Amino acid sequence: MSKNKRLAANRKKRLIIRTIVLLVLAVAIIFAIVTRDKVKVLAVGDKAPDFELVDLEGNKHRLSDYKGEGVFLNFWGSWCGPCKTEMPYMENQYKEFEGKGVHILAINIKDTRLKAETFRDQFGLTFPIARDPDESVRRAYNVMPLPTTILINEDGIIQDIITRGMSEDEIRSLMESIQPE
Amino acid sequence: MSKIKCQCGHENPFGTVLCERCGRPQTEDAINSKTVDMRYEGSARRSQTYKRTIIDKIWNFFSSVKIGISIIVAVLATSAIGTIFPQKLYVPVSDAELGEYYERLYGIFGVIYYKLGFHDMYNSWWFITLIGMLGTSIIIASVDRVIPLYKSLKMQRTKRHPSFMKRQRIYGSGQVNDADDSINKAAIKLKELRYNVKIEDGAILAEKNRFSRWGPYVNHTGLIIFLSAILLRGIPGFYVDETLWIREGEMLEIPGAPGYYIENNGFTIENYSIEEDDEVFSTALERVGMIPKNYQTDVSLYKNADDALPGQTENIELVKDESIIVNHPLTFDGYSVFQMDFRLDELKSMTFQLTEKATEESLGEFTIDLINPDDKYELGNGAIVEVKEYYPDYDGIKDGEPYSKSPIPNNPAFIFKMITPEKPEGEMSFVAIRQTLETEENDYKANFLSAETRDISGLTIRKDRTLYLLLFGGIVFMIGVSQGSYWNHRRIWIQKGEENEILLASHTNKNWFALRKEIEQVREYADLPQYEDREDTESELDDEEGDFK
Repeated sequence: MSKNKRLAANRKKRLIIRTIVLLVLAVAIIFAIVTRDKVKVLAVGDKAPDFELVDLEGNKHRLSDYKGEGVFLNFWGSWCGPCKTEMPYMENQYKEFEGKGVHILAINIKDTRLKAETFRDQFGLTFPIARDPDESVRRAYNVMPLPTTILINEDGIIQDIITRGMSEDEIRSLMESIQPE
Repeated sequence: MSKIKCQCGHENPFGTVLCERCGRPQTEDAINSKTVDMRYEGSARRSQTYKRTIIDKIWNFFSSVKIGISIIVAVLATSAIGTIFPQKLYVPVSDAELGEYYERLYGIFGVIYYKLGFHDMYNSWWFITLIGMLGTSIIIASVDRVIPLYKSLKMQRTKRHPSFMKRQRIYGSGQVNDADDSINKAAIKLKELRYNVKIEDGAILAEKNRFSRWGPYVNHTGLIIFLSAILLRGIPGFYVDETLWIREGEMLEIPGAPGYYIENNGFTIENYSIEEDDEVFSTALERVGMIPKNYQTDVSLYKNADDALPGQTENIELVKDESIIVNHPLTFDGYSVFQMDFRLDELKSMTFQLTEKATEESLGEFTIDLINPDDKYELGNGAIVEVKEYYPDYDGIKDGEPYSKSPIPNNPAFIFKMITPEKPEGEMSFVAIRQTLETEENDYKANFLSAETRDISGLTIRKDRTLYLLLFGGIVFMIGVSQGSYWNHRRIWIQKGEENEILLASHTNKNWFALRKEIEQVREYADLPQYEDREDTESELDDEEGDFK
């Protein structure tokens, strides 16, 4: 009788050990699959990395200063066609939403200061435009195609990532979506 | 799942072929066979013992050597397929155009290749799963074999049952003059031959190089260490492999090394020259022409304050200046930055001369820095050139406007406003390379005089914390291979039978020829009976029987 009990105990021990070993190996495989993308891509729901840039007027903009308000973060370049198309729409909606707690911050990639300024003047843009000369903000947000727009809500959480040009209606509804209550 | 009780009284686990203690055959097959399979000592492989729960079934699946070999074949086959067409990494198009690219270059096979995911195979979930299953198989199959093998070698008795002896490949029996004397002499000779000799109850067990049996398992441990090291690369901070193109004069954040910035102070390429270098090179130089001597990027490394945000560079500090040359990387904090590539002669600045068309008289020169142009240039004497627009990569007129296709100054164009004492209102002029457009006839023009260029360095940023672990895994692997290949586990059993009868049996995992030579020496010295090798073919040279056959 006690022998049978011992056997049963052995069997149970073996089952537990085998289960643990198999689980550890399964976790290792899943880990390898999950981490195969070497680039850490920001995703909707992540906390937006904080940054600080100086705009063309010389004003400092720190993302965390906008806490409690929505931020429409637009990465652009003067040579990019869709960027040019959406800029006037953004300007219109900027005027609409600036008083409602949604801010636009446009970050220029790779252009010279002169080019960014002539571009601003050509389109009559009044929202803040900052340059990112060492590209550290671009890297922090891992922005690849232009334009890329990142919508950050009042809690500093990324609510949407758009990697193409947008229509004016789209921009309006996106800005409404991050408008604080 | 009862235990098997042997005649000698020992209880063997279910699945045992040869009794762990005395060696009596336990299965019908073993009893009826002439020689027994000594693999794993006839012990019960654990996988074969219990097949109850789903866990046991999965375990048994991975424990099978057949399954292990199938996985290896699958890994080999898919790895080979992955080399037929280039992988995604080496294809010069964006992700969206990949399908089209493979179709255009490789036709229908390209489409299939792309659709099945072979274009990014080594990162695909199923390839990684396959490698993971291989690792699982190696671990489970090894554990299932090494533990019973260890136990039965540890437990083996000096005196084996005659039925065990009779079923060994090398076996002999016969009458000798004095059995006790033969046993004693055999023991002496075997010790001389560096065997571990145990004598018990008139029986000898002589054994050497048992550790050779652990070779395959040591080898597998090395493989597992190797695979774990590769797994570690997925953890942030363990492995970085990035490239960075940086122009002379630029300062950029180093990809993969947040908080570190690198400034390119200049790129140099040097060639061997017949005049300056040693005469021995001259024949080669005359034959081949240009031979590069040195690729070098002079850089400054900066570190940002630890609490600095991206974009904040007020508290940036110089760490060091260094010259990166091939095989002499810039190293810091576990990172190495290597010189990998270069591009020469991108436009950096352009010098113009403002002249009066009629007299061709110069009002002065100005140089525009194409990376950081000013909005106006004062030439003195009241002449000013304002830069109203700048198109770094001018590509014709689009929608009625000049158009720049990139931010890189490949083909710069400008709209100048030229203010002179004679024309205080200013004259507008569009100036591109070999092209000047004027809305109305101007009195003045900006002449292109000269340009300066700069080079671009291609750097690779590497960090690999797993390197030493990989090395260690490789060393363990090789130790296992040599342990199992260059040493053979040999055992010789000698015992007294009735009166002056001597029984002799022997086993090795490989190289039976050498074993027979050793037995021969013992036999001559100790007057042992003749024996036969029952599987002896004419030559034994390539006779091998590993544990994983």
